[in-house]
Amino acid sequence: MTTKNMAPLIEKEQIDLLERLSNACGILSDVGEIRKIVLESIKPYCDDVHIDALGNVLAIRKAQQPDALRVMVAAHMDEVGFMVVEKEEGGLFRMVAVGGIDSRYLPGKPVLAGKEHVPGVIGAKPIHLMKKDEMNNTMELEDLRLDVGPDGGDKVKPGDPVYFATKFQQVGPSLMGKALDDRLGVVSLISLIQHAPANIELLAAFTVQEEIGLRGARVAAYAFNPDLAIVMDSTPSHDLPTWDGSENIYYNTKLDAGPAIYVADTGTLSDPRLLQRLFKIASENEIPYQIRQPGKGGTDAGSIHRQRAGIPSVSISVPGRYAHSPVMISRFNDWKNTLTLVHTALAEMPKNLLQRN
Amino acid sequence: MIDIKDFLHNLLSLPGLSAYEEPARQKISETWKPLVDEMYVSPIGSLHALSRGVGSEPRPKILLACHMDAIGMMVTGIEDGFLRFTEVGGIDHRLLPGMRVNVHGKRDLPGVIVMPRAELLPEGNGTAPVAMKYLFIDTGLLPEEVASLVKIGDLVSFAQEPSELPNDIVMGHTLDNRVSVAAVTICLEELKKVSHDWDVWAVATVQEEETLGGGLTSPYAIQPDLAIAIDVTFAKGPGASDYRTFPLGKGVTLGIGSNVHPGFFKAVKDVADRLEIPTHDELMPLYSGTDALAMQIVREGIATLVLGIPLRYMHTPVEMVAMKDIQRAGRLMAAFIAGLPQDFMQRLHWDD
Repeated sequence: MTTKNMAPLIEKEQIDLLERLSNACGILSDVGEIRKIVLESIKPYCDDVHIDALGNVLAIRKAQQPDALRVMVAAHMDEVGFMVVEKEEGGLFRMVAVGGIDSRYLPGKPVLAGKEHVPGVIGAKPIHLMKKDEMNNTMELEDLRLDVGPDGGDKVKPGDPVYFATKFQQVGPSLMGKALDDRLGVVSLISLIQHAPANIELLAAFTVQEEIGLRGARVAAYAFNPDLAIVMDSTPSHDLPTWDGSENIYYNTKLDAGPAIYVADTGTLSDPRLLQRLFKIASENEIPYQIRQPGKGGTDAGSIHRQRAGIPSVSISVPGRYAHSPVMISRFNDWKNTLTLVHTALAEMPKNLLQRN
Repeated sequence: MIDIKDFLHNLLSLPGLSAYEEPARQKISETWKPLVDEMYVSPIGSLHALSRGVGSEPRPKILLACHMDAIGMMVTGIEDGFLRFTEVGGIDHRLLPGMRVNVHGKRDLPGVIVMPRAELLPEGNGTAPVAMKYLFIDTGLLPEEVASLVKIGDLVSFAQEPSELPNDIVMGHTLDNRVSVAAVTICLEELKKVSHDWDVWAVATVQEEETLGGGLTSPYAIQPDLAIAIDVTFAKGPGASDYRTFPLGKGVTLGIGSNVHPGFFKAVKDVADRLEIPTHDELMPLYSGTDALAMQIVREGIATLVLGIPLRYMHTPVEMVAMKDIQRAGRLMAAFIAGLPQDFMQRLHWDD
């Protein structure tokens, strides 16, 4: 029996779900909007669902056969954003960043503040009032302010989250929106649950606090105590032309080149057995893939593989340009192939995969 | 009655970069049509609309200039489907990374301005701002499709949608200077209700942001006795607090300086005070940075005035203006014009 036909497809329903999740907002553990959508999407398909002490959604879909491999699949719900830390006069507020945000993306951008998504902006001094050479300096977040209008000050308070105000768009071959890192992974994991392979016990972790140190995944992995783990995330593509036309050898990943499989990043050396398995499955099923350039960066695998006595782990990401900025761009085809690769790998995963000779 | 907020939101959603003002001009022209007696377009695109006075011939004329052109960008190159661009009007390049834009190719394409990582830039850029020449626009389309839809010289507009903040604050791009178009519209509507001796020429000028082309040419054609440039000025806000800045929503400004006739200033200021319309004196010792700079020196010279509407975050896609100040500017112009005596020019003096 071929497993290809069983693979979950990405159709209008999944894209609509991605749109909802990209437009929804959630930082740190404060991801109520995301959790709600996740819970309503997976509950009918799970044998057990619960929310843990940090806010992770932990869901189990049992195997249809005894002694199945117990596989954890993780995708993080939180996005990068800000928290309001100080109120000033006239609708102005100071913020701190939550997650790694390059402050060069901030001036002149629209944002949403608090649970009510109060519209505001991160303003910038008019170019006309600039001193000589001032434009050579990066505007740091501490010099910028959230502005909800001179009479809007009562609608926002310290402690409120702040998000990029970006509406999702599907444009030609691309998906454009905020927080595709890692709402793409969240929708993929929802689809995996809805089309779970019968041969494995699927331990689905929708994690929190990934962006501030992979913290949700750490406790989720402890709780699940799986045989192995696959992390589904989004990884940067820096596949732009270089300034002088020389070859770009710092691309990390490329759009349209398929799922990005991690060999090594800052936090993880992927389990070689899982890697070989993924390469084999991809080749046999003619699923395009790319190896993410080993180097900086990390996923939830960084905390999962060091949990308990050790958990063999690997990460597979949808490549995306402009991560942690107001607008990311990923390709529909890369996403589709990522989900197909993970699903096929799970469905064809031999029980003895991890046995040492 | 015209719903001014609605008109403004519509106008803000239309492109109209300097020299390509057509979409904005269309909208303004259809809105002004019922308010004026005649209307035509100048050779370089400014919209001239006349609200005829009832004074005896030769009737004196006042020109109200509000520039309708927008700042934006223009495509300068295409590399692997990514667009290089330059600015039209003054834009701080530090605002650009992450900004959503519309590329006006064979059809309008949504895009985002993006910043390559340091490794792809000249050595030593580090975390410093990336120069405009190294930024790209990514449309999300594949290179072949981009090549078939976009060419060098195509225009790029800000894509930020206008929105509303509490207590009637409008937020969006190109509030500079479409809010002044709204103010002139209010003025024309008010004038419709009263009789005025003077001919009033409402002019939506072109190319203010680049060449002051409209400001130099419309007064040549119209030959007004008085001319007001209605433009935005700096509101107080983060990074803007000195003498050049004014509180948002707390009144309009009247310019004092080389581009302003002091007698004209005093006459308008008196009307504002009488009607209790709050105004601030805006000191502009050298150049006003408005159409008044150009209008003042057309033909044998024209008595000009600068009326300012405070705006926060000028030349960003997230400019803010208080509707209240737009209303004030419109009402002040209308009240001044309604009270203008036929012989005002004979009474207008330099020295007391």
